[in-house]
Formats: sequence, structure tokens, C-alpha cells
Amino acid sequence: MIQIKDLHKSYKMGKNSLHVLKGINFNVEEGELVAIMGSSGSGKSTLLNILGMLDSSDSGEYILDNVPIKDLNETKAARYRNKFLGFVFQSFNLINYKSAAENVALPLYYQKVPRKERQEKALKYLEQVGLKEWAGHLPSELSGGQKQRVAIARALAAEPKVLLADEPTGALDSKTSYEVMDLIQKINDAGNTILIVTHEPDIADMCKRIVHLKDGVIIEDKKIEQVRAEQYV
Amino acid sequence: MWIFDRDLWSEIFATLGKNLFRTFLTMLGVIIAMIILVLLLGGANGMSNGFQKIFAGTASNSLFVWSQSTSEPYKGFERGRRIQFKLEDATILKEQIPEIEVLAPRIELGSHRGVVTVYRNGLTSGSAVYGDYPNIDDIMKKKLVEGRFLNENDMTESKKVCVIGEETYKLLFEKGENAIGEDVRINGVFFNIVGIYKPNQNINIDGENSVYIPFSTFQKAFGSGDRMGWMAISVQANTKVPVVESQIKRLLKNKYDINPTDERAIGSFDMSEVFNNVSAFTGVLQGVSFFVGILTLLAGVIAISNILLITVKERTKEIGIRRALGATPKVVKRQIVLESIVITVFAGFVGFAIAIGFLALANNMIGDNSDMPFYNLMISIPQFLGSFILMVGLSVLIGLIPANRAIRIKPIDALREE
Repeated sequence: MIQIKDLHKSYKMGKNSLHVLKGINFNVEEGELVAIMGSSGSGKSTLLNILGMLDSSDSGEYILDNVPIKDLNETKAARYRNKFLGFVFQSFNLINYKSAAENVALPLYYQKVPRKERQEKALKYLEQVGLKEWAGHLPSELSGGQKQRVAIARALAAEPKVLLADEPTGALDSKTSYEVMDLIQKINDAGNTILIVTHEPDIADMCKRIVHLKDGVIIEDKKIEQVRAEQYV
Repeated sequence: MWIFDRDLWSEIFATLGKNLFRTFLTMLGVIIAMIILVLLLGGANGMSNGFQKIFAGTASNSLFVWSQSTSEPYKGFERGRRIQFKLEDATILKEQIPEIEVLAPRIELGSHRGVVTVYRNGLTSGSAVYGDYPNIDDIMKKKLVEGRFLNENDMTESKKVCVIGEETYKLLFEKGENAIGEDVRINGVFFNIVGIYKPNQNINIDGENSVYIPFSTFQKAFGSGDRMGWMAISVQANTKVPVVESQIKRLLKNKYDINPTDERAIGSFDMSEVFNNVSAFTGVLQGVSFFVGILTLLAGVIAISNILLITVKERTKEIGIRRALGATPKVVKRQIVLESIVITVFAGFVGFAIAIGFLALANNMIGDNSDMPFYNLMISIPQFLGSFILMVGLSVLIGLIPANRAIRIKPIDALREE
């Protein structure tokens, strides 16, 4: 699903250049649930941004679902993001004046899905995350866990190839975190490919594979026995 | 068509409705600008209409020619010779100068601007008495209060009839007394009144207190022979009055042995000059109004742009989310430009409606009052369309500033901002 070869990225900070990614190589197969771990400054967020086409690499190869991702302009990047990727952010990033259902329907709007179908799909995915009754509520009326579940429903609505989650439990208490992880595991069980950036070992343990980054290189890449979140809920 | 997309509009109205108070304040600038623009234009138009109303009935392309005394000796004649036009001059001029449309000869009793006593039942009026052709009415329309003006029949039969001014009526009759069919006496001759006219208060060449009788009757009653006092002339629509004026003068100077350089022997008054001055004045006024109005509008639209810039700054994160979810720069740009257009057009319509209300009120108050050079204050359809197209055009251009700012936001930066 994802193939990355020799990915480099450096940021210019005044006269100095900060080499953040120093040659990353890894592949993700369809249906995997991968945790990208590392301390802050390890380059894990930069890697996720490049995977999410929110940022571009300096050199290296990135192939997503057999499509080489290169020479992106803003319009092309927007189309690819819309078509291939679903995002889940630490701070949820819901649009605060739109209802839960409208938030979920937003990526479909940019896919030019007809209005009626959009509403149906939005409700379907809200139901999947267990928030169908909250469809008409504004984000301000939802708890943190509920917000993140709406965000996950939004990420799923576009039916992306890969779900990218940046610290999805970072703003949640551990009980809610496990609920969200339970949901993510179930989505993964249904066959979706998911990448999670996290620095919490217990969250990482709930994935099927852990990629450990340090100072811009992968120092460890191992498949693990998944801890089911269900038991903590 | 994307422009009919319901979702696009609900997006736009959702963002504008999110902060109604601020949206309203933003619109205020354009509302006021539109009011100013429409009021200025309406006022200028009203003034133009007012002048037109004042001049109503007077042919704008007309001139008056009369005889005076020579100021230069010529062909053995001494200076100071009094020139006397003859009725045949009218025929000659009409024949030789095809640009003349209507030529109305006139003769006056007594000297120029002289006054003759008109009698009726012991009452008297010092009036100017004119012998006129009925076609004078084509050049200087008389507003008749009662009865009719002189006609061809009066001319051919040399009827002893007259049309009197309102002032003359007031002097010769009691208030409310019927005058039509009554007789007045001028120089011992009785004339039957057929009409009373109200003089135009703003353009008055004949004086307030005047009596008009048919030219032919004048000739017979007062023995004026073939003498002619002056001529009212209107020229064809596509010809310039000064050109015809000099042609007429050249011809008359030649006929009466006047030195071609003598400027004083023949007097004339070019009515079109007055009209041109007035229309130039109102034209400039309209131009200035439009200019001032457009600048005000520009200021209003810039205020909208400023607010949208602030809004874009505030919405950085939201725009970042939209971009991450697949909104292309084009979509973002379109939405912000449309927001600019929607605010401007809505505000424009509100301002327009208010201003039209003001104009209607002013019209109501002024009414038919002829003392004021204002009448029917309104803006024309082309002015309305012009202002609106300009307003929308400005709002698009100005909306591009915040729109371009919005698409410069990189989703990654926007999302990082907490």
C-alpha cells in the first residue's frame, strides 16, 4: 500500500539546516495497523506530514497505492489527499460551526458527492462510531472522545486507502483513549490500513506493528502481538 | 453550473452568518456608500430634469433676431441709421436658408419693449402688444390657462382676437371674472379675448404683461404695412444655431447695405447657448456625483476586503482543515471571493433601496414646485446597472486580496497553529 525509499527531509532554520529525516525506508501492506513511535524531534510528525502530502520530501520515493507521489502542486495534493487519505488529528480539528454530520460530510463535499448521498453516508459513518444520535450537535456540545470519534467518522467517510492519525489519543484521558483505540482496532479489523503516530507505549502496543524513529532514522521496526483495547473499556 | 450549487451557498451563508454583527458592520460602509452614490446621482438627475422642466416648451435650437441701428458707415450711409426689417425678409430667409425650420415674424406696438395702454370697462393695463404668427407657439410654447392660442384662421381672416397674459387679466378683470369672449381696446381698436396664458417664470422673453394679436390683424388695425419687428427662428435638429445665425446676419446685412463687420446693426440671441451651458453644468454635476460616489463605494468595498482579511486570519485553522480534507486552492479562493460579492451586493441593494426611498420622499416634498430647479429625482436604469456592475467588479477584485491570502495558508502550518 505504501512504499517509501530513502526519504530525506531537512528544514532551513536561518543559516542552519536541520536534517529531520535521514533516509527512511519502509513499506506498509494493506490492512496493517502501524504505530510510528519516537520522542519529540525524532521526525515522526514530519514523516506523517509527508505521508499525508501536507509536506513534501527533499529526496526519495513515495508510492501510495501504486501511484508515485511526486511533483505535487497544491491542487494535485488536495485531490490526492481527498482521494487516498483520511486524517485524524490530536486536536480533532472539527469545524466548530458545523454539526457532527456536516463535519463528516465535508470531505464528501470536496469529492463532489451529491448532497443526499453525502448526508446518508455521514449518518452511516456516525453510526459506525456510535454517534448517530449526535449527528445534529455542534462540536462544542460533544466530549473529547466524542469529538475524536466524529473526526474518525470524517476520516472514514471519504473511504480512503490509508488512515493517518497524529497522536489521536494525545488530548484524551486513558479510558477515552482506549475507547478510541478500540474503535480504531475495529476499523482495522474491517480491513482498513491505519498509521498512528504516538509516543505512548500502551497505545503503540495496541497496534500490530511498531516503527521506532530516532534522530531521523528508523531504529526499530517490529511486528507485535496486538493488545486489544476492548478489555479496558 | 457551480454557481447554482446549493452547498456552495450554504457554506457562504454559514460563514457570513457566523458573525452577523461583524458582517453587518462590514456592510454598513457599502450601504452608506451606495446611499451617497444614488442620492448624488438622483440629485444631479433631478437638477437636470428641473432645468428641462423650466425650459419646457422653448425650442432649444432657436434664436431671435431683431434690428438695431448701424454702428459703422457703409456705402455712403452714415452710422446710426435705424434698420427696419420687412415682412418679405422672412420669406427670403426661409427660401435661401433651408436649415431654418420655423420662422415666426413679429411686430410690436410702440418702440421695442414699449408699453401700450389697454382698456377695458375703465380698467387699464400697460401692456406690450405683439403681432404674431401662430407658429410662434412652436418655438415658445405658451402655457394656456384658459381658451386657445392664435391660429391660422385668425391670421387669414385677420380676426380681431387676442391672447392676454395672466398679469393683464388681473389688471383688467375682477378675480374669477370670465374673460374669454370679452373685448379689450387697444389704440381705439376692440379685440376679442380668446385665451389667457401663464408666462414661464424662468424663461421670459416677452414680459409678464403682454397681449398677442394676429400679425395680419396688427397690420390692418395699426397700419404697420410690411414692417417686421423681429423674428423667432428655430433651426433643424442636426444644425448648429450659430452657423445659421451668421448666415441670416450675412444675408440681412447684404440686403440692408450694412457693413459686414458691423456687429451692432442686427441684434440676436442664441437660445441654444443657454441650453448648452445648462446641460454642460448638469453634465459636469452628474460626472462629479458619479466620481465621488464611486470613490465612496471603493472605500466601502475596501472595508469589506479588510474585514475578510481579518476573517481569513481567524479562519486559518478552518481553512487548513478544509485543505487537508481535500479543498483545492480554487475552491477556497472561490468561496472567499463569493463572500465578498455576496456582502457587497446585498449591502448595495439595501443601500439602493434606502436611497430610492429618500429620493421618492424628496420627490413627494418637491412635487411640482417650479421655484426649485429639482424635478423627478431618480437614477436611470443605465446608471443603476453601471453602478451595480462596477460594485460587483470592485468586490471581485478586492475579494481577491483576502482570497489569495487564504490560499497562501499551507494546511500544515494552519493545523500546527493551536
